[in-house]
Formats: sequence, structure tokens, C-alpha cells
Amino acid sequence: MSRIEAEVGKPQGGLIKWIDDRFPLTSTLKYHVTEYYASKNFNWWFVFGVLAMVVLVIQLVTGIFLTMNYKPAAAEAFASVEYIMRDVEWGWLIRYMHSTGASFFFIVVYLHMFRAMLYGSYKKPRELIWLIGMLIFFVLMAEGFAGYLLPWGQMSYWGAQVIISLFGAIPVVGDALVEIIRGDYSISDITLNRFFALHVIVLPLALIGLIFVHIVALHEVGSNNPDGIDIKKHKDESGKPLDGVAFHPYHTSKDLVGIIVFLMIFSAVVFFAPDMGGMFLEHANFEPANMTATPEHIAPVWYYTPYYAILRAVPDKLWGFILFAMAVVLPVFLPWLDRCRVRSIRYRGWMYKTALTVFVITFVMLGWLGLQAATPLYVMLARVFSVLYFAFFLLMPFYTAMDKTKPEPDRVVYHD
Amino acid sequence: MIKSMRIAGVLALAAFFVAPQALAAGGAVHLEPANLEQDNAASLRRGARNFMNYCSGCHSAKYVRFNTIGKALDLSEEQLIDNLMFNAEKTFETIQAAMPSEDAAVWYGKAPPDLSLMARAKGADYVYNFLKGFYIAEGSPTGVDNIVLSGTSMPHVLWELQGYQTAIFETHENEDGSVKKNFANFEQLSAGSMDAGAYDEFVRDTVNFLAYIAEPIRSDRRKLGVWVLMFLIFFYILAAQLKKAIWKDVK
Repeated sequence: MSRIEAEVGKPQGGLIKWIDDRFPLTSTLKYHVTEYYASKNFNWWFVFGVLAMVVLVIQLVTGIFLTMNYKPAAAEAFASVEYIMRDVEWGWLIRYMHSTGASFFFIVVYLHMFRAMLYGSYKKPRELIWLIGMLIFFVLMAEGFAGYLLPWGQMSYWGAQVIISLFGAIPVVGDALVEIIRGDYSISDITLNRFFALHVIVLPLALIGLIFVHIVALHEVGSNNPDGIDIKKHKDESGKPLDGVAFHPYHTSKDLVGIIVFLMIFSAVVFFAPDMGGMFLEHANFEPANMTATPEHIAPVWYYTPYYAILRAVPDKLWGFILFAMAVVLPVFLPWLDRCRVRSIRYRGWMYKTALTVFVITFVMLGWLGLQAATPLYVMLARVFSVLYFAFFLLMPFYTAMDKTKPEPDRVVYHD
Repeated sequence: MIKSMRIAGVLALAAFFVAPQALAAGGAVHLEPANLEQDNAASLRRGARNFMNYCSGCHSAKYVRFNTIGKALDLSEEQLIDNLMFNAEKTFETIQAAMPSEDAAVWYGKAPPDLSLMARAKGADYVYNFLKGFYIAEGSPTGVDNIVLSGTSMPHVLWELQGYQTAIFETHENEDGSVKKNFANFEQLSAGSMDAGAYDEFVRDTVNFLAYIAEPIRSDRRKLGVWVLMFLIFFYILAAQLKKAIWKDVK
């Protein structure tokens, strides 16, 4: 006799019970929302995961509306974007939200990753969350890159030209690979069409799937906290961690405040500086793609420039590509490069603190250098910072093992 | 330590936002600021008149509709038709050049570019300096060159207004013996119908109009942005209170 038949004739539990008998609604909500306990001492560094979700939703919703008016064809793409900007009702707002959202996605994700480095969120038992997160980052880079071609402006075209040609540096398969990516012997209508498919279907699907498993993995082991200690060591009689508070309503109400502050900054850009002085929308991209005229200065959008600076710092094309790829991939190994016993920077020694500070400066400087023309001085500087970038990762097993740590507290530090 | 990292983070973001100024100033010639009065409707109207009289013969603005201009500049349909629409029938039409671009490509070696987005692609200062930067040049097919865009195929269309000028260059010898020419100033050769001040205003109004058509929504979005931010501040106060109320039992 099934569960449903057994209950025929008994008092009914309403719609929720009807669903619960057929689908794990209440139990899922409890597990992931109302009885998911995360440390009460989160600081604002812990808001960026939620903000990344907010930006994702902004990008998905505005993206859907953009596809309703955008034409993925070399002859029409540029004009269709201007049509959206000028003639579609609220099209300008949708488009600016999407273009600003792209940059904010990277700002938020970079800060989210930096939070993990501050508090050792990638360390055991959260290595898999970090790995999935890095995959999300790679997909996001591809998503941003594919999306940047779609307006079919000068920078769309030439930026893609430069970056796709990089793959040609790979020995033996390089040229064939470049042709597969472009679908043609140069960037053309065909490339635009397939990048559109990647940008609106393949990569967003991958992104959503990966984000889902990122969160499932997180909820399996529980969230880290600014002290980097395990809150599950101390539980009350009911099994609830003493230092944890439920995701809803505690963290949701706190995140809401963070979301509004984020939206203020986001809106300030959308309404008052959508180009961000040529950073978010590059000036040259207001000219339609012209395959016979190169823009004076080709630079990728700011969120790729740290890696681009490393690429340019190497005089050899193949080695440039290898170091560029290594720079992108190296953070994947952080959970194993980091040999320190404690997670949080609060209880780490001066070596890691110094290394991380230098790393932040290095990353920002590389980002800035990647935007500049490659003068001898800047290339020299880019080399110095490239060495520092790799040193941070490759020397990590040594300095984190040698570093003197402070004793971790038994319970999280919380000020009312 | 954490605090200093927070400061480093803020500085890092600031560096990203400050950098474009450094980037924008890439050109060799110093650009005088255009100092546009963006929301000055009278200036924009004069700019529209200048554009239709002096630019639209050769240049299109193919994304710009007359009725959009009319709404923004507070012009009635009759005013649009009488004053601006020389080769258009309906107010929803876009600005097309009178000269066919195939012919233009033959005559000038290059079709005159569409101006819908020129002020956004090059910057208002660039266009302002370009329009003031024509000077007599021997050997050039048009008789002139431009200080901002050397070798331009555009003739000095506004010569009747500005007159002709010549450019004075200072030669500067580098240590390795190579000679570098730096632009110093212009010298007026023949007078136009406008004096320098009036021509400056003429160009400024025209560039103002070009900046407007490059992004017709600009002034609306700023106005809307103020309301959005005010709403968010209000919403923030509510959310902060809600958070406080919910968290008050957390010790």
C-alpha cells in the first residue's frame, strides 16, 4: 500500500502536504534555507556570493530582452544595438544594465575569490567548492568574451581577432583550433553567429549548472567564516550550531542590505556613467567593425587585462600563451599549494599577509598595465609584476608552511 | 592588517576607474576641452541647425530620427519640417546625407563617415578640435590638413565662417639628431564671416548637437537615475531596520 493510499480519508494537510507527499519541498527548503546554519559573524566580504547571484539574474533577464531585438548577423548587429539604444522602449536601460552587469559580474567574482583567499575558504573540506568555482570563473571569462563580440564594434572585432589568434600559438593543432573557433578563415558573420549561440545558450546553461553544484557542495560542508573555524564543533541539544544562524531570515535580511548597497553603486554607473570613461564600453566600440582598419590601440576589456599584461610581457608568442594560460589556471591549485594549518588571515603569520598584500597590488598593477600601450617601460614593469604573480602561487607551499600562526579561538569572534 | 587590506581594495577599484583618463589622452596633439553645455536647449537647437546646414549634405546620421530630435529640443512638427528636414518627408525618418555615399567615395577617396556616434567614438573634445583644426597645407588635394587627424580627406567645409589659418610648428631636435615637429599655434591668414569667438560658439553648438545625437537618452537617464537612487536610499533605510529587528536576539 503506498503512502498516498494510506492517507485516504484522514484529515488533509493542505496544498503543502499534498506537494510534500510527491516532492521534497519542505525538506529542501529547510535543508537549504530555513535550517541552513551559517556563522553569525559574517562580515561584508561574505556578501559577494549572493551579489554574484544577483548579477547573474540581472544578466539573464536583461539578456533575454536583448535577444528579442538583437540581430546576430555581421550586416545588422551594430545597427540592431543602436536600434535597441534609440528606438526600443527602455532598450537603453536594458542594454546599459547588461553591459554594466558584465563588468560588475567580474568585480563581484574577483572580490568573492579574494574573500576565499582572505579566509582560506578553499581549504579542506571546501576544495571541491573552490574547484567548481574556478570552473565557473573560466566559463564566465568565455561568456564575457563571446558577448563582447556581439555588438560588432571595432573593439569587439579586433579584440576577438587578437585573443582568438593566441590559440594559433599552440604547436601542431593551433591553426586548426583557431579555424574551429572562428568557423572561418577570419572573424566573420559565421563567427558572430556561433558566438551568439555560445553566449546565449551553451555558456549560460553551463554557468547555471555549475553554480547549482557550487551551492550544493557548499551546503554539504557548510559555509566558512571570518575566523575560519568549524562552527559545527559546538551544537545545542537540537543539533543546531551554537554560533550559526539560519540562512533565512538572518542572512537573507542582512544580504538584502548588501544587495541594496550594491544596486546603488550599480545604478550610479548605469544612469550616470554607463561607459565608465571607456572602461565598461570602450570608445572604439561605437564604430562598426571594420576589417580593413585597425583601431589605434587594442586593449581587451578591463577584466581580462591582468592576464593580457602577462601575455604581452613575454617576447615569445608560444611562451606568452603558456604563461597566460598558467596565470589563469594556477589558482585552481590553491587548496594544495597552501600548506598553512589555519584558514583565516586573522590567525596567519606575517608572511602570508605580506604575500597576499603584494599579490593584490600585483593583480591591480597588471590590470592597469594591460590597458596601456606596450611601451618599453610598461613591458618591463609587466615582467616584474608577472614574476611576482607567479611567485605568489609557486612559493606558496614554502612560505605558508614556514609562517608562524596564532592560536585560533574555540568559538567565533562576534561583536553585537 | 585587515583594515589596510580593505583600503587596498578600495584603492584597487579606484585605480580601475581613474585609468581611462590616462588612456583617453593617448593622442599626440593636446585637445582643448569643448566645454559643452549639455542640457542647453538653445545651444542644441543652434547645433541642429548648423548640422543640417553644413554637415548633412555629405554626412548621414542614420540612426537619428527627426521626431526624436524634435521631442528633445522642444520643436513642433512644423518647426522640424520647415527648419531641419531638407530631404526627408516624414518626421520618423532618419538623417540621410544628400550626397550619395558611392559618389562621395569616388570624389573624396573615402565616403564621409556616419555621424550618429562620432562624438561617442572619438570624444566631444576630439570633434571640437577637429572642426577648429584645419590649416593650409601645400600638396594636399583639398588644400588643407587637420591638426587632429593628419591626412584627412575632409575639405575645410567651414572656411567661409572661419577663414583660413596656417599652423606654426616648433621643430625640436632630439638627442639622437632626429627632428620632431610640435604644433605650437595657428595664425589667421584670411578672415571668415565670423570672428574667432563666434566661430568657437558655432563649433561648440555643433559638437553639442553631435554629442546629443550620439546618445539621445543621456539627459533622461540622468534624471531617472536621481529617482532610482532616492528610491534605493529609502529602501536601504527599511532594509537596515528590518535587519536590525531580525538580528536583535542574536548574541
